[in-house]
Order: sequence, then C-alpha cells, then structure tokens
Amino acid sequence: MDFLRPASWEEALAAKAEHPTAVPIAGGTDVMVEINFDHRRPEHLLDLNRIGELSEWQTGPDTVRLGASVPYSAIMENLRTELPGLALASHTVASPQIRNRGGVGGNLGTASPAGDAHPALLAAGAEVEAESVRGTRMIPIDAFYTGVKRNALAPDELIRAVHIKKADGPQQFSKVGTRNAMVIAVCAFGLALHPGTRTVRTGIGSAAPTPVRAEAAEEFLNAALDEGGFWENGKIITPSVAKQFAQLASGACSPIDDVRGTAAYRRHAVGVMARRTLGWTWEQYRDTGRTLEGAA
Amino acid sequence: MALHPRAASVPAGTPTRITQGSMTKGGIGESTLRPDGTLKVTGEFAYSSDMWHEDMLWGHTLRSTMAHAAIRSIDIGEAVATPGVYAVLTYDDLPAAMKNYGLEIQDTPVLAHGKVRHHGEPVALVAADHPETARRAAAKIRIDYAELPVITDEASATAPDAVLVHEGRTDHHIGHVAHPNIVHRQPVVRGDADAAAQRADVVVTGDYVFGMQDQAFLGPESGLAVPSEDGGVELYVATQWLHSDLRQIAPVLGLPEDKVRMTLSGVGGAFGGREDLSMQIHACLLALRTGKPVKMVYNRFESFFGHVHRHPARLHYEHGATKDGRLTHMRCRIVLDGGAYASASPAVVGNAASLAVGPYVVEDVDIEALALYSNNPPCGAMRGFGAVQACFAYEAQMDKLAAALDMDPVELRQLNAMEQGTLLPTGQRVDSPAPVAELLRRVKARPMPPEQQWLSADAGGSSVDVRALPGGLSNTTHGEGVVRGVGYAVGLKNVGFSEGFDDYSTARVRMEVINGEPVATVHTAMAEVGQGGVTVHAQIARTELGVSQVTIQPADTRVGSAGSTSASRQTYVTGGAVKHSCEAVREQVLEMGRRKFGTYHPAWATAELLLEGGKVVTDGGEVLAPLAEVLEDEAVDIELEWRHRPTEAFDLRTGQGNGHVQYSFAAHRAVVEVDTELGLVKVIELACAQDVGKALNPLSVVGQIQGGTTQGLGVAVMEEILVDPKTAKVRNPSFTDYLIPTILDTPSIPVDVLELADDHAPYGLRGVGEAPTLSSTPAVLAAIRNATGLELNRTPVRPEHITGT
Repeated sequence: MDFLRPASWEEALAAKAEHPTAVPIAGGTDVMVEINFDHRRPEHLLDLNRIGELSEWQTGPDTVRLGASVPYSAIMENLRTELPGLALASHTVASPQIRNRGGVGGNLGTASPAGDAHPALLAAGAEVEAESVRGTRMIPIDAFYTGVKRNALAPDELIRAVHIKKADGPQQFSKVGTRNAMVIAVCAFGLALHPGTRTVRTGIGSAAPTPVRAEAAEEFLNAALDEGGFWENGKIITPSVAKQFAQLASGACSPIDDVRGTAAYRRHAVGVMARRTLGWTWEQYRDTGRTLEGAA
Repeated sequence: MALHPRAASVPAGTPTRITQGSMTKGGIGESTLRPDGTLKVTGEFAYSSDMWHEDMLWGHTLRSTMAHAAIRSIDIGEAVATPGVYAVLTYDDLPAAMKNYGLEIQDTPVLAHGKVRHHGEPVALVAADHPETARRAAAKIRIDYAELPVITDEASATAPDAVLVHEGRTDHHIGHVAHPNIVHRQPVVRGDADAAAQRADVVVTGDYVFGMQDQAFLGPESGLAVPSEDGGVELYVATQWLHSDLRQIAPVLGLPEDKVRMTLSGVGGAFGGREDLSMQIHACLLALRTGKPVKMVYNRFESFFGHVHRHPARLHYEHGATKDGRLTHMRCRIVLDGGAYASASPAVVGNAASLAVGPYVVEDVDIEALALYSNNPPCGAMRGFGAVQACFAYEAQMDKLAAALDMDPVELRQLNAMEQGTLLPTGQRVDSPAPVAELLRRVKARPMPPEQQWLSADAGGSSVDVRALPGGLSNTTHGEGVVRGVGYAVGLKNVGFSEGFDDYSTARVRMEVINGEPVATVHTAMAEVGQGGVTVHAQIARTELGVSQVTIQPADTRVGSAGSTSASRQTYVTGGAVKHSCEAVREQVLEMGRRKFGTYHPAWATAELLLEGGKVVTDGGEVLAPLAEVLEDEAVDIELEWRHRPTEAFDLRTGQGNGHVQYSFAAHRAVVEVDTELGLVKVIELACAQDVGKALNPLSVVGQIQGGTTQGLGVAVMEEILVDPKTAKVRNPSFTDYLIPTILDTPSIPVDVLELADDHAPYGLRGVGEAPTLSSTPAVLAAIRNATGLELNRTPVRPEHITGT
C-alpha cells in the first residue's frame, strides 16, 4: 500500500487523477477500521491531512461552506446557530475522540446509510462541492447517495466542501441506538423547517439502502401547513396531521432486519421520531422559549 | 456509601485480632490505594499485549469459518512459502500424545482434528516476523470443509437422530446423562413438590430466556512465549489461574511442568473469560518450533472467538404459595447451552441447580439443570456462574407471585427470605449470617431519586437535558412517552470452588531487615485481574506482621498454586493463605526473639505477643524489642498451603450434599425511565446493599459492587452475542454491535455495605465480586416491567420487545 501525502489541494487532485482507486483519508475513523479488519486493501491511501483548508469553513449570506475535514467537535462548538440539525447530529457521532477526528467529508465519502450527518444534510438542504483536475461541480445532496455505500463521485473526484443552507428555522435530529451514547444508528431522522420557503424537509438514516428524504411526508405536510395557514397563524399542528406525517415518514423507509434491529421496529421508530421532531421544531417556531441543554 | 459496624446480635467471628490493623498503617479495613491504579489511568501500565522481546515473531491463529464441518484437507503450501513466515502448524504438528485440553474434561483440541465444532475454532497457526505477514499467510491456508448439520438448541441436540457433537465420550458425566449431547445434568430434589403443590392457593409459572453475555474484558487475549536453553519455555500471559493453565499446557507440549515456567503479565480484566486457555499453548508451540520468542495478541474481533461466554439459558419455573404468601413449592428446569466444548459447564450446572431456589426458604423443591453440547460458541465461566441465569428467572417469578397474591413484592421476598440456619434444597444448612430481608429493607428504605431530572427551570423558561433521558444525546425524547418504573431483586451466590473440589491456595511470606527496616515480601501465584488482591495481600501482611513495607512479588509458577481468580474466592482463599503464612512467620520471629531476649524480660514467656509498628509488643502495649534487632541479618521465609472447609459432591440423583463453602447476598433496587414509544431505557439509579462479612479494603469493595452491578445492567438492556440459529455463526463480534454500558448508561449506584462476620472465614470476610451481578439484572427487568406492564421474559430487553414491533 502506498501512502500519498499531497501538500496542497492541487497535488491531491493530481494524485487522485493519477490513481483513481486511491482512497482518501482524513480523520481515518471509517477508513482505518476497514483497513484494520482487512475489509479493504487499497493500493493507495491519499492522506488529506496536510491540506489545511479542508478543516476550515466560511459562513456566507445563505450557506455555510464546510470544509470536508472540519471535525464534528468544531461543528458542535461553532456552527450551532447556522447548522443546528447538523450540530445535533454531530453530538451523536461516536465518542469525543472520534468527533475530534471525523468530519462530514468522510461520512459522505463512505456514504453508509448509518452515517449520522446524512439526515441533517438532507433536511437542511446541501450541495457537495466535488472537484477533479477536470473541474468543479456541485452535486445536490438529494442526488449524492446512489446506493448502499455508493455515491455520485467520479473516480477522479474528491470532496472539497459541503455547502449547507443556513438554518432559516428550527431544525432537529433524533437517532435511535440501543445505548445512550457512542452507538451506531438503528435508525435516525432529521427535520428542518424552512419558513422562508414555507417548506419542511426531512432526512432518514439507516432505514433504507441509502439516506433518503421522506418526500411523501414532506409533500403532505407542506400542503397541510399551507392549507391551514399554519405558517402565518402559528397554530399547534393538529394531532391527525402529525400522525399522518409520521405514518408517511414510516412509509418512506425500506429497512432490513439485522443485528441492530428489526425492519418493523425501524419503520415504527422513524414514525415516532418524525412526530416528535415535528412537534419540537414547530413548538420552537411558535417561540415557546424552550431550549436544549446538553444537546446543541 | 455507608459502612456499618458489625451488628450486635451477631457473634464476633474473627479468629485474630483485627485491632492490629489500626496500629499499623495500611492494614486491613483501610482503603489503601491500588499500586497499579495511577499507571492504569494514565496509560502507563504494561498489559500483556505491550510485551516485547528482541527477535520475536508474531503468532496468528487461523479459525474456522464454519460452525460444524468435516475437514477434508488442509493445504499450507502457499502460506509456508510466504517470505517472513517461520512456521505453519496444524494438528499433525502437535508434538505429544495429548492433543486436547480442558478445565475438567479434556475435550478441546489444541488445533482442530478432522472437524470443527464451532465458528472460530482454531485450525492452524502461523509465526512470522510481522503480525500482518502472519495474518496474510494464514489467509493463504486452504481448508476444504464439508459442512455438517448444526446443533443449536435442546431440540436439535437431543433428537433421536441428532449428530453427536462429541463421539465416543469417556468423561465421568456420560454415565448419568440421557443423551451424549448433554454435558452434565444435576437434579436437586427435596421434600415432595407434588404434594406441596396441593397446598398452594396460587401457582405461577414462567418461561425465561437469558441471552449470551460476553465478559468483554478490555485487554484482549495476549502473551509472549520465550524458548529457553533447557528445551523448556517461559510463558508470560494474562490469565486467571497460572497453575491450571500449566496443568493443561505442559502435557500438550510434551514437557514436564517444571520446564514450562509461567509469569503473570498485565491483565486487562477477566470476569471468567480467562479461566480457559486461549493463546497459551499456541504461542508455546510456535516458540518451541521456531526457537524464537513468539508474541500473540488477539484483536477485538478474534477475542470474541478467543474465550468462552456466559451460558445462554432457557428456564422454566413454577412457584406456589399459600394466600398469606408463604412459598409452598418450587419446580424448575434450567437448560444451559454449553456450546461445542465442556469448559466449565459441569460446574455451572452444579451452581445453577444448587442455587436455583434463590435466597428463599422452600422445603419442597424439584430442580433440574443441565448443559448441552451444541455447535454454538463454547460457554463457560463468567461472573455469577450459573447463579445469574437462575436469579433472573426466580426473581421474575417472585414479582409474578406477588402480583397474583396482590402483595408488595419486597414484602413477599422478606416473608420467605432465608436466614442463618435455613436448610437449603441441597440439605446444606446456612451457618453464617444471611441478612436477605435486611438487605431488601435497606434498598427499599432509600429515598427515591427525584422525578423528571431532565427538566430544569431557567430564565428562558424550562429546559431539557437530554442526557438524563432515555436515548441520551441521541435526542429521541424530551419527556414524551417516558414512564418511570421501580424494581427489586435479591440473589444467592456461592463463594469459592464447590462440590468437593480441593480449593486451596499457597502463599510464601518472607520477613527480613533491609536498611534497618523490617520488610515483608509476599509471593503468591494469584492472578491480579483488577480485583485488588495485590492491595489486600499487602494490607494483610501489614496487619499480621506489624511492618509498613510490604513487597508483593509478581505472580508466577515458582510458588504453589493460588487457585483461580474467580468464584469471589481470592480474598478468602489466597488472602487466607497469606494470613496463614504470615502467622507462621510471626511465630518463628517470636521464637527467635525468645531465644535472643527471653532471659531479659519475663513477658517474652508469659504475655501474648504481637508485631506492631515494626516492634514486638505485649498485648498490654509494652515494647519488647524492635524487629530489626530480633531478625538482624536472618530472614524468615515460609511457604504454606491453606484450605477452607472441605465441601462435598452433590448426589447425582438428589443433589443432596454440603456442596458450598460460603454464600453471599446482594439486593438491588432499580429505578428506570422507559421511553415506552421507542422502547429505550435509561436506568436512573441502581441502589445496592450487600453483606461482605468484613470489608478488607472498603474502597475496593464498593468498586467491585459497582462494577458487578454495571455488568448486570449490561445484560439487562444491551449485551448479547447474537448467534444465527441456522448457521450457528456469531453475528456481532465487535464493539460496534456488541454493546457494553458507557458512562451515560451507568446510573448512580449508591452502595450500602454490611459487615456481618462469617466465623469460618479469615477476618470474617465474605466474597464480594459476583453477588451484585446476580440481582442487578432482574432488578432492572422488574423496573422495566413496572414501567411498561409488559411480561418481558427475556434478557437483554431490546427496544422492539418494548414497542412490540
């Protein structure tokens, strides 16, 4: 195995062009596990740790451009206002040590349905800045996940950053695991209210071959909120609407039975999380003053 | 924590003067600190996996990918030809006539011969100059397997046409089992359960399932074997019992025991999982073959295959009671799955059967316990050893019975609680304090933890701290669906090895003067696995010999056996041996003093003499001579064996016999909060009360109780090795999917320590380590049942069991 250590982004792109099967490594929290267990034995490892800009972020008027290697701990500490859903998701990633190393670029590169960042990215709305020696393109997050542990990147492309919409309303993230910390998701749910566009977006993790949005649930809710003038009058969402939203969110799942949980439980739990996160965000939207301690 | 003085109603039972401890700093009863504590916390402690030797090779084990298969052929050609590989060994390379090992029954092949009986069974070994080279070479070994049908449960094991896991059994249990796929069966019958059942106003029955728990010690199996010039081998290894290892290793190597010299290296936890051999023989074989030191270290994945687990169990229980709550009878059947090899299964069966009744008075019982041979992973010793599975079931039964009688579950338990003098179903009378009702009273009397601790009011309104809620930082609830539940449980555990086993220990104690100061040296073969024996041995030596400086020698086989660090026995048995040898040293020192100074002071002949503060003193406190002057340049050096009271085997048909040395008791109250919609559980508090006879080191005692409690919590809500019932393969051999509690899962564990002396034990002490692991699990289950109203007859409880999805 060759260990490539580009000193700059341009060198990294050149190396990836020359060795398209090279596996990029930053925090190493996914890649090293795979290598240690001999699940993969890449010919080349492409170490991105010398490229400082990948650990930086820029806050623009509408989006945060988050470098691929910005660690989860930095997101929790610095971007709670701009990216509350992702900050909440970051809290649930593994242990403090791993949160200090791992970043969203790794989650996207691995594209596991269990990656904690995905539901938050889907709910907030995001684009992946992918680059190769051929140029840069922006991949909408909805088109990024193409299969189990597969993504839309071309073999010569690297993830430079993720452009995530700044929150224009409350966001929530919930994850079910069978332990109260440091646990891989049995399933997860992200929800973001976008009062600017009068829309709700969602993201489901670990309950389908890829991270997915609960599109039918979103459409139903968007219509119901619109119809009832909820965005304007700030009324409490009726239980029947919340229930239907939860059912449709469950229906968006195509889970499997595995060692972590049953398919039926995953469907059920996604529904419960959908109902609860909708309740919390809507309550926040109505400005009840409730805050979260210990979370983001 | 509160330490309670010995109750006035209990006769003082310590055969020696405990007051000596207060005269010499760091003696028994003090919370002296562990010598290895700081090193472990700062990461400087050398574990067995940290060892290094010049020119050493790395050993690797190739394990079976099938649970049950005939081996048609093994082709090692490509592996041997790999550059950097020094040796590849299979069954055919074993040097001696003995090719198996085992704790009681030698049924475990060192390397598979002709077939494999479980997923992960060792088939071949590789030694190479780099661990990765060894691993890759092992992957080039080609094994041609022919799959065999798998035995996975009682039905498949005892079917008339069942494949035999072991053909041609000759062990001493084969004569009394109904099928060769049953390792051992032990009934315990007393009174007439059928007749007594007629008197019952209420009868409750239940079927319970206990999942397979792993010891999950953090330091994986590892060691270093160094060939020596005399053709023998030095083995440095993390184990629980050096001499038991030695007895199994030497015959397979074809060496006399004195040519296999073992030294304990840093042990990262054990909990029973190091009672059986893992890499010991393999590393020695590779070292002797290559003539080079060989190190072996399992990774976490391999560790799940490298040691036995806790027996999963299916238990059927029936309890009857009169309408005033008196137990009339109990019938039960406990089926333990021992997996492919016997390991400690026979002894686990004996424990499950003899302790199946729990800490209750029931005169008419009909108990049956048995262990299967199957193609599931081998199971053996783990903290609680057969008593854990039974306690889970009988405590669920007590709650069920209380509900049927409309009685308070604690009162029902107290009404039927055993006490000193109770006759157990084995016919053994409990002849030391058994404060079962009192332990329950204490946990029940504790104030309840406050409700809704996740809520706090602040300037901006109310706020929610998700860390205090089920789901924790995963942010699954802000209080929605959360219901509190409270549950109680109490257990009965034996201390020490039972059923007539010669359960002795050996201690060598030396006393001499170094730089003008008297110094004691204690040398035993006791495996320090984290339990704190090294601390306690020094405390005993200080108390008995009146010195402040004590050196604890590393444990090795140059001294006699200390027995196993298990069965809550080491402070009792090796502590007893250290005390015994110290007493002999003291006598000899006093004799030297009498010879030298006896003519100068009549007290040498007439008074009772003690060693305190480095001096010989009379029991009246008069100083007769400094130890330095008594000893001068002589050393007193004594190695003695020490035994507790003998025990008896259980009758094979009736289970009658004085089978156990000592009993120990702990009670728990669990307070849980359950998210009933998502099925997630947060244990808020696990209060424990335990009688320890005498707390030699109170801090260590509390640590043991909190650790045991947490391990019991683990198997209540998350810990389980999942085995595919079709293939008998392990599905979750990693810490990603075999979950153990984190600090956020670990509740407040207030501990109430009672010290009611057992007159038969050194200092009156009672073994501590296991009892809290028994009652913790059923208390948590009872609390979850209380919160949800569900029956929950299986542990661990998974979210889908609570949500019904």
